[in-house]
Amino acid sequence: MAGRVEGKVAFITGGARGQGRSHAVRLAEEGADIIAVDLCDEIPNVAYSSATEDDLAETVRQVEALDRRIIARKADVRDRDSMKAVIDEGVAELGKLDIVVANAGICVIAGWDETSVDVWDQTISTNLTGVWNTVQLTAPHLIAAGGGSMILTSSAAGLKGLPFLTAYVAAKHGVVGLMRAFATELAEHSIRVNTLHPTGVNTPMADPRTMEKFGPLLEAHPKLGPMMTNLLPIESTEPRDQSNAVLFLASDEARYVTSMEFTVDAGNTQY
Amino acid sequence: MAGRVEGKVAFITGAARGQGRAHALRLAEEGADIIAIDISEQVDGVPYATAKAEDLQETVRQVEALDRRIVAENCDVRDVENMKSVVEKGVAELGRLDIVSANAGVDIVGPWDTMTPEIVRTTIDINLIGVWNTVMASVPHILAGGRGGSIILTSSANGLKAGPWNMAYNMSKYGVTGMAKSFAQELAKHNIRVNSVHPGGVDTPMAQGIMNVEESGFTKGMEANPDLVGMLTQWLPGMMPAREISNAILFLASDESAWVTGHALAVDGGMTQY
Repeated sequence: MAGRVEGKVAFITGGARGQGRSHAVRLAEEGADIIAVDLCDEIPNVAYSSATEDDLAETVRQVEALDRRIIARKADVRDRDSMKAVIDEGVAELGKLDIVVANAGICVIAGWDETSVDVWDQTISTNLTGVWNTVQLTAPHLIAAGGGSMILTSSAAGLKGLPFLTAYVAAKHGVVGLMRAFATELAEHSIRVNTLHPTGVNTPMADPRTMEKFGPLLEAHPKLGPMMTNLLPIESTEPRDQSNAVLFLASDEARYVTSMEFTVDAGNTQY
Repeated sequence: MAGRVEGKVAFITGAARGQGRAHALRLAEEGADIIAIDISEQVDGVPYATAKAEDLQETVRQVEALDRRIVAENCDVRDVENMKSVVEKGVAELGRLDIVSANAGVDIVGPWDTMTPEIVRTTIDINLIGVWNTVMASVPHILAGGRGGSIILTSSANGLKAGPWNMAYNMSKYGVTGMAKSFAQELAKHNIRVNSVHPGGVDTPMAQGIMNVEESGFTKGMEANPDLVGMLTQWLPGMMPAREISNAILFLASDESAWVTGHALAVDGGMTQY
């Protein structure tokens, strides 16, 4: 049986591990070839370990084990020249581009008064401007292909203001605006643009060193704690739960779904 | 200095006490005359004490103490014919109609599996169809004035975000949010503006009543599903006085909001953003 995205090519940012790797593997399972980028370098200010070139090589190994092709390169979503080079190389090699998953992001937890200018700039440039770079630089290839699907990873914090994440919340809300703007302008090319809104996901970003930053902040501001509640009785989702939504939006099953906020948040945004 | 709604006439439902009385007084302070209705008999199926005839008389006294005129009648919002006749009488006496505050409502709280068909029907009849009745009884009089007007539908924080153990109420209040948009679209060409207001928890006899009922629906809900308690949080500290909602009603009623229509105005201390 043909896969659900058989013969398509997907570009994925932040593809070295976590949700990005999971998206690459899920789309490859259903027949897509992959172009993957990741920073693979030390990220300042974050509490968790940064992805490495070994991580990206493991994504390559897992995709190739599925008998799909993958072009994987080290690139920073903030660096338009290197992004454009990888996209152009990938499309030249794999023939076209149908699917874009703008997944790369960082997360720094801090109270509003302890958020530095560095953290603000770094978060906005990666999580928001990086998504804009991804969409603007890939769109010409989707237009050339006669249409396609873009999935921009926002967050539950892109729909509601979760605490101690001012830069992250601002960037992720911004992604929703970006999605709406692109969905409007790219629709004439049959390009669909939607956002994905995960709650907590079991990835290296959410390791205990990240999560323990919440501890003293929630102790100091106990009223805000329940805002993190998921309606469903789980602490966090698995990357594959998010990938299943990406696959649906990427596939032709969602061919008339555009400009939509897709929550895979266990009910967090409805709490 | 002229009041902010000087010389206008406002029709207010549920005006005997709580938010409705506060709206009557706030609009009267700023120069409006008032047509007020409320029920006088206990509403079947509502577990807290509903308004009494003497409550409405107290609203009359307080509005008259501000040197404004008021026409007040006991009338159930479910009885559209009676409501039409009260509005007609009020307009005959006070000369015009400019402002409508569809405020009357009930809230029967409890976990989903305690909701009965009677609870759902009573809530929808009063909170949703009662609001529709209010608008339908009023619009012909606003049209007759030829000056346009402002209709304010009291929805709820729970008309934008569902509250726990409040199934029937949520259904009715989301409906009110949609109704405001529909009327706003169709009445705009007559310069009639229609907006919804979304209060969070307000310190009124209804809220006190819900909290103080023995074996209240909230107690049952909290026992059954304690994870949801946080959803009742308002960011701002304390309990909101009814006058806070009246200030929003006044703004939407006045010409200061002449180009505001179809808008959902939350006055909820952040509850819908929690």
